[in-house]
Amino acid sequence: MALLAVRDLSIDIAGIKPLDGIGFAVDKGEILGIVGESGSGKSLTALTVMGLLPLIGGRVARGSIRFDGTELTTLPEPDFRRLRGRRIAFITQNPMTSLDPVMRVGAQIDQVSRLHLGLDAKAAQARSIALMERLRLPSAATVYHHYPHQLSGGMKQRIVIAMALAADPDLIIADEPTTALDVTIQAQIVQLLVELVRDRGVALILITHDMGVVAQACDRVVVLYAGRVAESHGVQAIFAAPRHPYTQALIRCIPRDGMAPGSLAGIPGSVPSVANYPAGCRFHPRCDRAGAPCAATVPPLEHLPSGAEVACHFAETREVANA
Amino acid sequence: MSADTAITARRADFRRSVAAKVMLTPKGGIAGAYLILLVLLALFAPWIAPYPYDAQNLKIASQAPSLANWLGTDEFGRDVLSRIIYGARTSLSVSVTAISVSVFVGMALGAAAGYFGGLFDRAVTTIVDLSWSFPEILLALILVAIIGPGLHSTMFAIGIAYLAQFTRLTRAQILSLKGETYVEATINLGASHGHIVFRHLMPNALAPVIVCGMLATGDAIILEATLGFFGLGAQPPVPSWGAMMSSGSALIFKAPWIIIFPGLVVAVTVIAINLFGDALIRALDIRARLREG
Repeated sequence: MALLAVRDLSIDIAGIKPLDGIGFAVDKGEILGIVGESGSGKSLTALTVMGLLPLIGGRVARGSIRFDGTELTTLPEPDFRRLRGRRIAFITQNPMTSLDPVMRVGAQIDQVSRLHLGLDAKAAQARSIALMERLRLPSAATVYHHYPHQLSGGMKQRIVIAMALAADPDLIIADEPTTALDVTIQAQIVQLLVELVRDRGVALILITHDMGVVAQACDRVVVLYAGRVAESHGVQAIFAAPRHPYTQALIRCIPRDGMAPGSLAGIPGSVPSVANYPAGCRFHPRCDRAGAPCAATVPPLEHLPSGAEVACHFAETREVANA
Repeated sequence: MSADTAITARRADFRRSVAAKVMLTPKGGIAGAYLILLVLLALFAPWIAPYPYDAQNLKIASQAPSLANWLGTDEFGRDVLSRIIYGARTSLSVSVTAISVSVFVGMALGAAAGYFGGLFDRAVTTIVDLSWSFPEILLALILVAIIGPGLHSTMFAIGIAYLAQFTRLTRAQILSLKGETYVEATINLGASHGHIVFRHLMPNALAPVIVCGMLATGDAIILEATLGFFGLGAQPPVPSWGAMMSSGSALIFKAPWIIIFPGLVVAVTVIAINLFGDALIRALDIRARLREG
């Protein structure tokens, strides 16, 4: 039984259905990547798992989210609040704005362990500084007393990660944790997250639109398109033999060494808005392999013997084992 | 860290502190020094004032400034300087108390309305906007007329008159802060409403409220003097700057010092508070801090 298992999840926000039958699972010590363009429902998935859908006026219409034996879709808010930060932590997209500008960063890490673990001020401080050192923040004891504006982007993101880790959660959801950072820092932060998962045995859901980050960090990948799962498989297999045309297109978007100038491909068009999803396969207007059935019927998510899942009428059928 | 670098660091800390930023500018320094002097005069009035505030001597009534009475005497022969010094007690205690209560209640109302929204927000906003439509002076006059003149009703009336301002300001601050990512991040950490409001929203909303409170204190001094001028404030023989000007207005040509000096002190005090407020805006650097994030 996986630590977090999401099955057939659909949500409803004021009559529209931005997520339609999403499913994935992640276990301790495992990194699951959720990939897709802007508007594919990645962040909304995170929001739903965190139980924050009511904040934006949405609700779970169908499906289940089971976390360590507890059904989250029906969990009352007071119980959910005890879970948030304590057992499920969230790392936000932009570290520049995720920290309170008038509170010392150390105190912001402290508040998590004081709130959830009931530590006193002194114990919380010692714990926070140890955590900051673990995250390789230089001169942690000094930085502890700094305000956010005194830190660089990479340092701020480490503080945000320290806040997420402060109460020893079992599951961390990181929503584009590297998007706002310099390229040179991005790799460091991803590497740090990978180490944390391996050392502490936490489960990590890494939400990103960057296939490069996925290749570097993830064990398993779920590709979302317009609120549906397009494809899901182990990371080696998905890069070696992507089955869904959307996955193939995403992989073509990764810049590589030795590419001829101007040969980097994009995907023409953009993700349709929730209000006017096309009938049938939602990717078909942008798909170069689309045929007659694509506009008419929704391709079902097929479970292949190798563990791959793919929803496409013309999926690549070549089998590749996940090495 | 050696003792030397510790001292250097502490000096650097001081120079960066808000107090230093205010006091080290020429305007802020002069205004601040004047206000500190005024507070000291008010606190130690019995020891500093040359005469008791109610010592009448009709033989020296309405005398021009002299060595014995530096700012002259009023129509009862009381020392104008001494009465101005004692008047500072009335003026400062009324305005500071009224504005403090106003800030406190206004922040609570505004924060609750802005954070929780809904029916409570609409009720608060409606009442506040209604009272906002009256000029402060009119509102204060009506309130004093209803509850009767006196020191405490002046405080109450001024406090109510400025309540709308702080409620609206705090509500607007909280509304815009509520959408900040770090507030969402705090919700993600499992924080309670109380924690979010008191640890994150209030501290971030504080700077403009402090500045606004400072400037409102200046207005409150004028309002207190006005109510005093109409005989609605502190009752005789307790001195207040407004009441002094009122009694001096009858003798404005014969003994102008009775009205001029209290008027001058009111003007200088209000100017000082405004200059100090300006320096505070710069020191707190509200706009720059919002940019940094």
